[in-house]
Amino acid sequence: MQDFVQHLINGISLGSIYALIALGYTMVYGILQLINFAHADVYMVGAFAAYYVARFFGIDSSPGISTLILLLIVSMVSCSVLGLLIERFAYRPLRNSPRLNILITAIGVSFFLEYLGQIVFGPDPKVFPDVLVDANLFSWGQVQLRSFDVAIFCVVMITMLALNFLIYRTKVGKAMRAVSSNQQVAALMGVNVDRIIAVTFVIGSSLAGVGSVLVGMKYPKIDPLMGLLIGLKAFVAAVLGGIGNLMGAILGGIIMGLSEEMVVGYWASTYRDALAFGILILILIFRPAGLLGKSQIEKV
Amino acid sequence: MFKKSLWSFAFLALSMAGCTKKESSPTEGGSAQKGSSQEIVVGEFGSMTGPNATFGVSTHRGIELAFEEVNQKGGIQGKKLKLISLDDQGKPEEAAAVVSRLITQNNVVALLGEVASSNSLAAAPIAQRYKIPMISPSSTNPKVTEVGDYIFRVCFIDPFQGTVMAKFAHEHLKAKKVAILRDVKNDYSVGLADFFTEKFKALGGQIVADVSYVAGDSDFKAQLTQVRSTQPDAIFIPGYYTEVGLIARQVRELGIKATLLGGDGWDSSKLYEIGKDSINGSFFSNHYTTESTDASVKEFIDAYNKKYQEVPDGLAALGYDAARILISSLSRISGEITSTAIRDEVAKTKEFKGVTGVITINEKRDAIKSAVVVQVDGASNRYVTTVEP
Repeated sequence: MQDFVQHLINGISLGSIYALIALGYTMVYGILQLINFAHADVYMVGAFAAYYVARFFGIDSSPGISTLILLLIVSMVSCSVLGLLIERFAYRPLRNSPRLNILITAIGVSFFLEYLGQIVFGPDPKVFPDVLVDANLFSWGQVQLRSFDVAIFCVVMITMLALNFLIYRTKVGKAMRAVSSNQQVAALMGVNVDRIIAVTFVIGSSLAGVGSVLVGMKYPKIDPLMGLLIGLKAFVAAVLGGIGNLMGAILGGIIMGLSEEMVVGYWASTYRDALAFGILILILIFRPAGLLGKSQIEKV
Repeated sequence: MFKKSLWSFAFLALSMAGCTKKESSPTEGGSAQKGSSQEIVVGEFGSMTGPNATFGVSTHRGIELAFEEVNQKGGIQGKKLKLISLDDQGKPEEAAAVVSRLITQNNVVALLGEVASSNSLAAAPIAQRYKIPMISPSSTNPKVTEVGDYIFRVCFIDPFQGTVMAKFAHEHLKAKKVAILRDVKNDYSVGLADFFTEKFKALGGQIVADVSYVAGDSDFKAQLTQVRSTQPDAIFIPGYYTEVGLIARQVRELGIKATLLGGDGWDSSKLYEIGKDSINGSFFSNHYTTESTDASVKEFIDAYNKKYQEVPDGLAALGYDAARILISSLSRISGEITSTAIRDEVAKTKEFKGVTGVITINEKRDAIKSAVVVQVDGASNRYVTTVEP
């Protein structure tokens, strides 16, 4: 029983990380119907930006709230700038081309960042700075609830609520939804489509920045290919929940985290990645729109 | 349907990117011809980059130091030794590719490498086919030298290393219940875990859990939660330092107090950087200790420290010994230096006094030598005990 509760805590904590990255995929997809494969690599760059800034200021071993906030800001800003650049130079020129072109470009950008990272940062893993002290908050028998787990879960929930507020309660959000449903009509109504899409990329990329600091804090080993697997899993999480749906991304992330944890805990660790892609296949067969997604009829 | 084809495309593109990646080579020179008048060309392959980069870099430095020493003394038969090092990124398929290249393009007379058993196993059949002697400094899996009569090693093998740690857990730690966490895709880790289990059970101990992970994972809490409920006295983690550092952290995060044990794959300065205080006080078996009072060891440490401004780890010492055994074999050759002549001389190595102990190559082309157990103490390791074969 205690084992099971611990597995639940571990799974939700892991799932929250998937959820945070999945939110970035889902936001961009919701607006542009584009699967932004470079998202996971933007996340990687965010982790390295935080790493180098922490080393530069000599705060890589002085954990505390100020360190956390500084690194979060650094990582979010560098991810946003990178996201903006990618959107401006890789995706915008292809805005009116067939959708496949822009998808392939996304994969290209992803590879570009991964291999550029190996040249610039070096392919050997680096140790992420100490951001917070990980303390035990609550014990029940052997079960431990750590401050990292709580922090990560809270950040994800707050992010989701903030995003919901942004999209359904603000003018920018209204414009985003307009662009999402029809770009031409939105433009005719006076929405600056380019600006709205840029804003979407900034928000999505800064979520990746938040994710990179949280993951670096929990698993302090970063390398240029760190985004590869977590990106694929977050993508599966987004598809599972219904891509384009914020709640769906969270739900999908948590389900992925929990099921991975249970498979490894009660079965074998070798099935861990097989499970993620097994879920993807099942979802595509039985519920292509995802758990919370609505199937739409393509307009011709 | 569309998404599915997209994924297969993504994976195809991914694997293609893997094939065309460039090889970086720290000391690569132009291609040298075999038997060229002034040089004896030796090839080295190792993980200069990649997740276990410190393995390759340390080994390379040890080898480089040994080559420099002999060249300063005038080389062998009046010829200088030339080292060509290629990076295999720690991947078996890359190791096979660079070894083919060293043999067919650079015409090396002998090979030094690799650290990881999986990579040595990928390269050894190629060296054997071309009849080029290959000396692995630190691949401990028994299968490596079983490939053929041209493959040697200068380190002890896993049955011995596993036995050492099992004995240590039983006698020194008085452990009754031990859990094992192994990297299932790694020949080295699986071998070590199996031999540990066998010996520990024979000593009357109990293996309470045997769980696995895959290198590259970063979350091990599911496995460790399973381990925790069996309340082990010690956990044996025969993996490489990158994962071990993360595992150690998560062990302590889950409130497990058990002592952590490991093998020579832990030997890297990065272990403590990643694991921090969680890894402190853990024990692992290693090839040598920097605390040795032996004069030749001290000399080696000083020379290494002077050249690279760091204390050599076990892999650097093994690289140095592998190179020196090759050099001593070369110097014993009176006639023409051929691969076969080198092979015959390396096989005759007896009681060679290396920095990692006295090395005798047996009929299975494995080295017979002692092991030490060290304890992690901050960024350095403290010597605990020596175990004779």
